Amino acid sequence: MIEAYDLSKEFNGNFWAVEGVSLNVQAGQILALLGQNGAGKTTTVRMLNALLTPTRGWARVAGYDVIKNPQEVRSNVGVLTEQHGLYVRMTGDEYLDYFGRVYRLSAEKRKARAVYLLDYFGLTEAAKRRTGEYSKGMKQKLAMARALIHDPAVLLLDEPTSAMDPEASRLARDEIARLKSSQRTIIICTHNLVEAETLADHVAIIYRGKILLSGALDELKRQVLGAAEYEAKFAESYDAEALDLPAGVEIVARNATRLRFRIESPQTTNPSLVAALTSRGARVVSFYEVPRTLEQVYLRTMERAQETTYAE
Amino acid sequence: MRNNWDGIWLVARREFVDQFRDWRIIAPMIIMIGLFPFIADANTREAINFMNRYGGDLILERLVPFVVLVIGFFPLAFTLGVALEAFVGEKERGTIEPLLNSPLTDSQIYLGKLLVGIATPLIASYLSTGLYLALLLRRAVTFPSAYILLLILLLTFAHAVLMVSSAIIISVQATSIRAANLLASFVVMPVAFILQGETTLIFWGDEEVLWYAIVAVTLLSGLLVRLGLAHFRREYLLGREIDTLNLKRLARLFSDRFTGKAKGIFNWYREELPLTLAQLRTPLLIVITISAVAVFASYGWTIVQIPAYITITPERAEELRAYALSNASSLEMISSQLPAPVLFYHNARAILAIFLLGIASFGVLGLGLFLVNMGLVGGVLGAAKLIGFSPLLTFFAGVAPHGVFELTAFFLATAAMVKAGAQLVTPQTERSMGETLIVSIADWCRVFVGIVLPLLAVAAMIEIYATPYILKAAFGL
Ligand SMILES: Nc1ncnc2c1ncn2[C@@H]1O[C@H](COP(=O)(O)OP(=O)(O)O)[C@@H](O)[C@H]1O
Ligand SMILES: [Mg+2]
Repeated sequence: MIEAYDLSKEFNGNFWAVEGVSLNVQAGQILALLGQNGAGKTTTVRMLNALLTPTRGWARVAGYDVIKNPQEVRSNVGVLTEQHGLYVRMTGDEYLDYFGRVYRLSAEKRKARAVYLLDYFGLTEAAKRRTGEYSKGMKQKLAMARALIHDPAVLLLDEPTSAMDPEASRLARDEIARLKSSQRTIIICTHNLVEAETLADHVAIIYRGKILLSGALDELKRQVLGAAEYEAKFAESYDAEALDLPAGVEIVARNATRLRFRIESPQTTNPSLVAALTSRGARVVSFYEVPRTLEQVYLRTMERAQETTYAE
Repeated sequence: MRNNWDGIWLVARREFVDQFRDWRIIAPMIIMIGLFPFIADANTREAINFMNRYGGDLILERLVPFVVLVIGFFPLAFTLGVALEAFVGEKERGTIEPLLNSPLTDSQIYLGKLLVGIATPLIASYLSTGLYLALLLRRAVTFPSAYILLLILLLTFAHAVLMVSSAIIISVQATSIRAANLLASFVVMPVAFILQGETTLIFWGDEEVLWYAIVAVTLLSGLLVRLGLAHFRREYLLGREIDTLNLKRLARLFSDRFTGKAKGIFNWYREELPLTLAQLRTPLLIVITISAVAVFASYGWTIVQIPAYITITPERAEELRAYALSNASSLEMISSQLPAPVLFYHNARAILAIFLLGIASFGVLGLGLFLVNMGLVGGVLGAAKLIGFSPLLTFFAGVAPHGVFELTAFFLATAAMVKAGAQLVTPQTERSMGETLIVSIADWCRVFVGIVLPLLAVAAMIEIYATPYILKAAFGL
């Protein structure tokens, strides 16, 4: 579990890289931390792993206070750093074994984990070669294996798939999803919004060190993009003038064979709307929710943030 | 404890193995180890031939330990890079973060790096000396005794520990490998000077003194390790600034610390200076105690040991006494030869020297210099006693009047220096090493400017314009 309150970091006594960040991620949840380059994602992650001492605020990670028990925090957290940070003169095998020892795993456990992870990420053959010879994506996969070697309760993944090819990032995503289902607590910093959308149930958008927006994904979509929109498609052109709209429904776009509604509370309104349409002679082919993406939420939020920054 | 050692060993072993996969480290090492002994051996052969012609075997015998020590030193200097790169190298290559993310403790990481940093040069150095000694067996020259060899091995060890413990500090603090390497000469040069002193001692056969050197150097290394550990912060190793020296910020830090919250000079004296002085209680007690010991010890040494070297007959004592008194009777002339400002300047300079030495050695050398000064006082009193003056009268008439001010000034300044040195080796949570240094200097300057300089001024006036008359009156001149 990860809890943070008012987490803040000032660098060189004059620059707040992170300010007032509060988070709460439960076991079995994934939080996607989104934000531009330099927004403060890495700094936040480093504070959560007790690498940087917060200038203000506190955090509890895996049940330990990052300020009072940094050692315990680090033992229970797996971190994938933004730069892979591999020792280039070690082989993949040696590298994982080294970190297995650092995390105090028994010899059997080290071996078993390394075999599993190398196999999972398709690195078994490369494991006898020095990591300096690996491609960027392979390096990142090995770094991911390092982060997972001690099967940690909490995972902090800083741009985990940025250098991977589509297959590799798919593998990484699947593994992350599997870890989520086995009750790990995960934060993932990423610029890949599709990835964030498929993996995360919670999202936080950080801008110039401050959290602009955070919450469950569906909730955020409502909050930023307004009420959900639904579209009805008709078999032949339909004149909606006669339609008697239930309360909380508004037509936002139309053409001959389509109508798009904005609906405040679809749960209660939709059944009666559909009934009204058919009873008024509309031959409905499909009625579906217009998909709204995290990308829209993100871009809209950034737009607003920049407007207010310029206004100031 | 066992766990602790495991972590240290883990860090050290990885790094040790790693460096032997790097030909840039191995190649020079092999050359150093392999080539040097042969060159030295060839020189030894020439020396033997030369000496045999002139029958100077004694010199040759003395020369061998000297050569062994020097051969042991070169590999140390050339493999210092291992320690210099220990942290800043990993930082530049970006491999430090996974290590810092791990549950290894600060001291495990630090000591692990220290261990490799020391082991590599020592192995190189001992292999090199071993090879030379093996070659030496074939030569017609007296092989150094086991005692001398042990001494040399320990000296080499002490050099390695001293250089590496400094180099590791540089490695943590430096912002780039290049900067660390530029600073290397600050490590190698002092040790090279120490080495010169030691070789002289070996050459002249004063081996006993070298044991003190070993102890002192090891002690200093211990303090350096403590300094390094006290200021080891994971945060700094993630810092992004590249070789920037923010002078403005340091100057502001200094002046803020120096002035404090004072609104004016009187306010500063009333509110701020007492805060600093209050912190000097313990160091002051220590300084006064050990200077009392130094005065008595050197007084005792003088009256016991000097007569053992120089026989002072009653006539000779009488002669010396008369000479001293005749000098004393013209003492008031002193103000024309040694004006008070000059005396003031000398004293201020001595205190500054004590401080500078002290800050460079965490108090140790500064305290040493201070004790030498205190010892001189004891020595003068002892000498007075030897030629028949009352040491107490000499003290109260000749030293006490200005000494009340001058000694107080010396005590305060030295206590402030000890405090600054101790501050440096004490863990600081919110300040970097550079900042701690600035703060320590500012604290010392407060005492120096606020109270030591005024005291010295008064003391100089008294010593030049009053002490001569008091002395004359006391001795009835
Ligand atoms: N060690 C440091 N010293 C000074 N500034 C830093 C340091 N680390 C990060 N920063 C600054 O803090 C801000 C946030 O950085 P970071 O957390 O790395 O952003 P992100 O990971 O979101 O791209 C940036 O402006 C960066 O330059
Ligand atoms: Mg980042």
